[in-house]
Amino acid sequence: MLSEQALAEIARERAKYPEDRAQSALLAALRIAQEDQGFLTTEVMDYIALLLGIEPIRAYEVATFYSMYDLQPVGRHKICVCGSVSCFLRDSDRIIAHLEDQLGIKVGETTPDGLFTLQEVECLGACLGAPMMQVGDRYYEDLTKDRVNGILAALREGGDDVG
Amino acid sequence: MWVNGVTLQNRGLEDSHRLAVYEASGGYRTLREVLLRPVAPEQIITEMKKSGLRGRGGAGFPTGLKWSFMPKGVTGTKYLLCNADEGEPGTCKDRDIMRYDPHRLIEGMLIGAYAMGARAGYIYIRGEFVEPIQLVEAALAEAYQAGLLGNHILGTGFSFDLYVHRGAGAYICGEETALMESIEGKKGQPRFKPPFPASYGLYGQPTTINNVETFASVPDIISKGGDWFLRLGKPNNGGTKIFSVTGHVQRPGNYEVPMGTPFKDLLAMAGGLFPERKLKAVIPGGTSTPMVAGEVMMDTTMDYDAISKAGSALGAGSVIVIDDSVCMVKTVERIARFYMHESCGQCTPCREGMGWLWRVMHRIEHGQGREEDLQLLLDVGARIEGRTICALADGGVAPVVSSIRLFRSEYEYHIQHKRCLVTMGAG
Repeated sequence: MLSEQALAEIARERAKYPEDRAQSALLAALRIAQEDQGFLTTEVMDYIALLLGIEPIRAYEVATFYSMYDLQPVGRHKICVCGSVSCFLRDSDRIIAHLEDQLGIKVGETTPDGLFTLQEVECLGACLGAPMMQVGDRYYEDLTKDRVNGILAALREGGDDVG
Repeated sequence: MWVNGVTLQNRGLEDSHRLAVYEASGGYRTLREVLLRPVAPEQIITEMKKSGLRGRGGAGFPTGLKWSFMPKGVTGTKYLLCNADEGEPGTCKDRDIMRYDPHRLIEGMLIGAYAMGARAGYIYIRGEFVEPIQLVEAALAEAYQAGLLGNHILGTGFSFDLYVHRGAGAYICGEETALMESIEGKKGQPRFKPPFPASYGLYGQPTTINNVETFASVPDIISKGGDWFLRLGKPNNGGTKIFSVTGHVQRPGNYEVPMGTPFKDLLAMAGGLFPERKLKAVIPGGTSTPMVAGEVMMDTTMDYDAISKAGSALGAGSVIVIDDSVCMVKTVERIARFYMHESCGQCTPCREGMGWLWRVMHRIEHGQGREEDLQLLLDVGARIEGRTICALADGGVAPVVSSIRLFRSEYEYHIQHKRCLVTMGAG
C-alpha cells in the first residue's frame, strides 16, 4: 500500500521509541503515509494501525485530532496563511483576500485544476515575519501582494520549493 | 546592556548551526568539563538554583528546583524532554534558537540529563517547523558522530540518547502532559496532575521537561556560574530573556535583554511605533496573558515581578504591540478564535466556553451585539476559569476579560452603533 521509501522511513521513526511502545511512531507514520498517498483514507489508516500492531481507532483518533492530517484530497500545493493575532495586526486579512482573488477560490477550497488549496490557519510560530504563510514544507514571511504573486507564479511554473 | 548575549549569542555567525562553528565558539566545552572533571550532578543543580533561571516556556517555574524533583535511584529509564511546540500567537523565539544554534540546545539537554540521570530524551518540535526539524536532526546526527550522544559519551560512563519527535498540528501539545501523550502516539489531551511528571511522566517514568530557551541557557550558566547569570537580571528574575516583539512595531524581532529592562527601551529596539500612531495596548507574554494599557506598559520593566504588578504575566516573553489603528473588538475576536480552534475538547467548560466566547465576540464585531453581551462574556469567563484540567481555557478568557476592562467604551460603541469606533487603516 505504501512505497518502499515510505516504509523505510516509518521503520526509522519506529526505532526512536522503546520496543513495547510502537504507538509512539503513529504520528510520524500517518504523516509519512500522507506524504506518500496525498491524503489519509480509512484504508491507509487501517494499514498503518496493522503495521504498528495497534487498534485502528487509535489511528483515527490521532488523524482527526491533529490539524496537519488531511482526510480529504487537497491540491498539489496547500497554502496555509496564518490569521492569528500578530499576523492579523500586520494585515493578514488583506493577504488572504488577495490570494482568494488570484486563485479564484475561497478559503477552504481547491482550484479546479487541483493545483492549489487555500487554508487560513492558526499561529505558525513565525510572528516576526508577519504576515506569513506556509506552502508545503516552506515558510514565506513578510508577505506583500507582489511577493504573493511571485510565489504563485513560480509554483504554477512547476516549482515545489520557490523563493 | 547585555544584549543577545546568551541563547542568541551565535546568531550572527555564518553556519552557526554547524557543530564545527559551535565548538569553535566554545561549544561543548562546558559538557566536557562537567563529564571529564567530573562535576557532581548535585553541584549542577545547585548552580541552576543559584542562577534564578525560571522556565522560559511561559510558566516561569524555577528550573533548578524542577531539576531537583527528579527522583534518584529509580529503576527503569528516566526521560528528559524538550518542549519545542512553540505555537502561542506572538511566540517565535525557540524557532530561532533551533535554526541558529541547535547545538546549544543539545548541550543544555546533555548537561541536564547528566545532572538528573536521564537516559533518553525527545525534543518535541511542532510539525509545521520543517526547517528547524531538519536543522535539529542534522545537529543530532553531528553530535552522535562526534561521540557527544549515545553510549559512553566522551568515553565516560554517561550515556544519553536524544531524538526529535515531530508534532502534527495542535497548540495544546505545548502543555507538558499533553506533549507526553502525544509522544505516546495519542491525542494531545492533558493529564490530571498530580501525579507530576517527575514521578509519572512519559511512559509512566520519571520525566523532566523544559523549554528550548531554558535548555539553551544552561551551558553558559554552568560555565560562568549561577551568580553570573542571576546578576545579568535582577533578584528573583535572573538572567536575560528573549522577547519576541511583534505587531505594530517597525522592526519586529527577537531581542534578548536583561530581565528588568524597561519596556520603552525594548520598544525602541524594535524600531518603535509607526509614525503618527499611538500605543494602545500591549500583550506582554503571548495571547494567554492579560492585555495591559499602553501607558501602563511604558512605565513597566520586563521581568516576572513587574509585569505581574502591572496585572499580567511575562509568559514566554511574546510582546504583542497594538497601536490605535486597530479595533480592539476585532483583535480580541481573532484571539478568541484561536482558543476555540485549539481547545482539545476534554473539559466541558473549555470545549463549550471557548466557542461561546468567540460567538459572542463575533456577533458584537459584526454589529449584532446585545446590551447584555459584555456582562455575559464576563460571566462565562468567570465560570470557565479554574475549572479545567490545564491552563488553556484560562488563557482564552484572559484577553477577553482584560480587553473589556481596558476598552469597555469600544465594546459599548460597537453594541450601540452596530459598527466600529476605530476606522482600520493599513497595518
